[in-house]
Amino acid sequence: MKYYDKLIFELSKEGRTGYSLREPQARVCLPEKLARKEAPELPQVSEVDVVRHYTNLSQMNFGVDTGFYPLGSCTMKYNPKINEEIAAMPAFAGVHPLQEDVQGVKEVYEGLDKALAAITGMAHFTFLPCAGAHGELTGLMLMRAYHESRGDHARKKVIVPDSAHGTNPASAAVCGLEVVVVKSKADGLVDVEDLKPLLGDDIAGIMMTNPNTLGLFERDIKEIAKLVHGCGGLLYYDGANMNPLLGVVRPGDMGFDIMHLNLHKTFSTPHGGGGPGSGPVGVCNKLVSLLDSVHTSGFHGNFGVMLRAYTYILMLGKQNLRLAGKLATLNANYIKESLKDAYKLPIASVCKHEFVFDGLIDDGAKEGVQGATTLDVAKRLLDYGFHAPTIYFPMLFHQSLMIEPTETESKETLDGFIEVMHKIAAEAAQDPDILHQAPHNTPIGRPDETLAARQPVLKWEA
Amino acid sequence: MAGKFAYFPHTEEDIRTMLQRIGVSSLDELYSDVPSDFIFKGEYDLPDAMSEQEVRAFFEGLAAKTPRKTVFVGAGAYDHYTPAVIPQITSRSEFLTAYTPYQCEISQGTLRYIFEYQSMICKLTGMDVSNASMYDGPSAAAEAVRFCLASTRKKSKVLLSSTLLPNVIRTVQCYAKWAGTVIELIPSKDGQTSLEALQAALADASVGGVIVPGVNRYGIVEDHEGFAEAAHKAGALLVEYCDPSTLAVVKSPAEWGADLAVGDGQPLGIPLCYGGPYVGFMACKSEYMRKLPGRIVGQTTDAQGRRCFVLTLQAREQHIRREKATSNICSNQSLMALWVTVYLSLMGPQGLRQVNDLCYEGSHRLREGLLATGKFEPLFEGKPFIKEFVLKPLCDVKALQQALSDAGFFAALETEEGYVSFCVTEKRTRGEIDALIEVVKGL
Amino acid sequence: MSKIIEGLLYSESHEWVKIDGNVAIIGVSDFAQSELGDITYVDMPSDGDEIEKGSEFGALESVKTAADLYSPVSGTVVATNRAVEDDPSLINADPYTNWIIKIEMSDKGECNSLLDAAAYAKIAE
Repeated sequence: MKYYDKLIFELSKEGRTGYSLREPQARVCLPEKLARKEAPELPQVSEVDVVRHYTNLSQMNFGVDTGFYPLGSCTMKYNPKINEEIAAMPAFAGVHPLQEDVQGVKEVYEGLDKALAAITGMAHFTFLPCAGAHGELTGLMLMRAYHESRGDHARKKVIVPDSAHGTNPASAAVCGLEVVVVKSKADGLVDVEDLKPLLGDDIAGIMMTNPNTLGLFERDIKEIAKLVHGCGGLLYYDGANMNPLLGVVRPGDMGFDIMHLNLHKTFSTPHGGGGPGSGPVGVCNKLVSLLDSVHTSGFHGNFGVMLRAYTYILMLGKQNLRLAGKLATLNANYIKESLKDAYKLPIASVCKHEFVFDGLIDDGAKEGVQGATTLDVAKRLLDYGFHAPTIYFPMLFHQSLMIEPTETESKETLDGFIEVMHKIAAEAAQDPDILHQAPHNTPIGRPDETLAARQPVLKWEA
Repeated sequence: MAGKFAYFPHTEEDIRTMLQRIGVSSLDELYSDVPSDFIFKGEYDLPDAMSEQEVRAFFEGLAAKTPRKTVFVGAGAYDHYTPAVIPQITSRSEFLTAYTPYQCEISQGTLRYIFEYQSMICKLTGMDVSNASMYDGPSAAAEAVRFCLASTRKKSKVLLSSTLLPNVIRTVQCYAKWAGTVIELIPSKDGQTSLEALQAALADASVGGVIVPGVNRYGIVEDHEGFAEAAHKAGALLVEYCDPSTLAVVKSPAEWGADLAVGDGQPLGIPLCYGGPYVGFMACKSEYMRKLPGRIVGQTTDAQGRRCFVLTLQAREQHIRREKATSNICSNQSLMALWVTVYLSLMGPQGLRQVNDLCYEGSHRLREGLLATGKFEPLFEGKPFIKEFVLKPLCDVKALQQALSDAGFFAALETEEGYVSFCVTEKRTRGEIDALIEVVKGL
Repeated sequence: MSKIIEGLLYSESHEWVKIDGNVAIIGVSDFAQSELGDITYVDMPSDGDEIEKGSEFGALESVKTAADLYSPVSGTVVATNRAVEDDPSLINADPYTNWIIKIEMSDKGECNSLLDAAAYAKIAE
């Protein structure tokens, strides 16, 4: 990667054009009071300028096709290329969302609905949500709609574990629910004794991530489901961590009533630098009739993302599905066991798709020398050609370093990562300064984030 | 079983060695912490694994059941031309397969184009600050409701113009219902939001915001003179919902005195794709910067003083503020923002203007031609429109739609009001327009 | 070890209070600013706002975190410190000089429940 410092605006030259349109025979004619006074100050560049500029920008980016992402809670698996070809088929890309005679499109919805239902044990899905957090919100609306439909108007609280993703409480707040936090025990699992006194006829339900954000299977889920259902609440499954259960365990069988999936995580669609994703929400039988009552996006959800996920499922088929989750879990445990001699492992039990280290065992701290932090380790990894893991989450530990490989990474890739992690641990022990100043080999060094927040520059100015 | 699937690199030997290192004897033993009755023992009701060639054939089969139509409908999704450069750039895997740019040292590509995107949205809308994008226009409008109430004090109600697109109203109402926000629709007069009705509704002191369309559901370019003054006098914010493509020629939200601009970026070169993925945008006046939901990219310098870009103002967001965040949104439609950014770079001010000229020319030609058939009555005569318009049908709408469909057109969308709606983008040729008119004549 | 000034009163949520007649001058402790790191933004109430003891009156933001500010007393906001609004780093530099708001107290007796320097020192560790 090399540093490239232009913005497209800085390539602009008055009178240059990058478009090719036929000549109009008329001009827009609007009453003066409705017309824009001055043309917007967009760049004036040629097609070549555009292509070179964005190609140069792309070369400052890391992606799954560049290298390995050991990124906890984000499931960065390989994005198959056939997915892209299918999504770009003109027959699909050219369909207007209000067109009705589109049998092929409808069969994609039906087929994907049926497949996801089979994989998760839910009855049916809505595909309107465009991301995981959007799915959470949609799912919580369905939770509330269920209680309202039964004349039960008092359920305005939702229980969220302290280890939950930040989106859980935020989605609850947007949905008009009050968040009640249930604590985790020292072993990282939800404390059932802490849960019991929270339950009552004001509880709409509980949001659970299973395996949780520590990569641990919530083995008391059966009792939790019984308790929450017992008080009249519903169970919501945050599908962010569904990958290790793919082909092994179905949320519906665990007692969950509502769930979302992240098609951009579990079902191989690309993250696109932050989106578009797709967060379909599945429900059990008793909520199916409510699915059409929530309208959280404009048309039918991100159809283009659905096409990719459906392609992936057809490639997997029932045979390969059986191995997907298991190989992801194998990879995670393999890294964990290979690195626990150099990194603190606060919870040693078998993990699922991910696990959390709490910093280095020997961080190189000596009299007057500050030890290497999790941030330092993360930044040093960039020098060695790996993406950093998720850091400082979950907040249960001070130096959280959360690692999730996926089933698409080979033993050789994992061995390479393990070797580098050991090398970094050795560097930290000898000279933590190398880490403090990392990264050294990237297009830019560590940015001044304080400056960015104190004096925000959020757009280009001439 | 292993080693037989292109996306799983493990050989049997790899699996054995790895299990040994972990100290378990089988893959199943990795699930010893899962109560055994939760391990799914049945057969998954899924098709058998297909080869790539079989998958391709499968989707070609579905494509054959999805006849392509020449699109003369808008209603929130517009069939504009996508320059060849865009899919070439957006399919570069460094953009396509990248994660959210949290590790800014290896994400300057993503961060830079988002910064450019934010700049372009500000240029188009005249606003000071844009976020890094949202799911789509309707959900951005729903977030605007939350924004209005967070930016004003002791307010609980937001007014929506009844001339907003139906799917915008539906989405806003859905979000608002569960958030406990009261939504009131402002009636229209002569096809545009009524200022008198707005002023009357603003007498209610609980109103914190007003959302009105720049170009409305009938395709009419609305006149918002006096709207901002009325809203501000009542302590409410004015939100303009706009079609960004038209902002090359129509008065911008800033020129109308709006505090916030939202809308869908789809008309900026994003394919129809049955409704998504699209991209919502949201941009505000600088005083409300900290109330904006979603990601924002800012400029700073690195340790060596070089210009670089980072995600900033994150204290607004869910991963820090949890239930107190400005929104639960945790992503943006980054790749679609790139789509828009490349589009606007290619078009520039003249290209975008020319797109509007071509739309204008085509839509006016179609409207005149359709009226001349005697099968329609005009509506809202004299109201300016650019690409979309409605007519009152004097014929059977179902028969009309069927005849058009048989001739290969998707046109004459029936509206809630019983009108039929048409839309002409720069993609529609004179030949196509005239052919459509011929079909109607022949009815 | 963070700095604690004798003669001020403290809340458990790390605000300090200086009593000046009927007016409470409020800021955050050295412990609070050091936990937050570089403060990038101060979210202020408006003059004239009525605030109850224990309720939020604003927030401090840093790059990676944010902390709500809770009022140690009830009353009416009579002043906000423009200087720290313009330059939040002042709070990092000297949290005890750079106050955030002044409140005209409605119940001076509420101060009795606040902590003195010695009591606060026990929780600010």
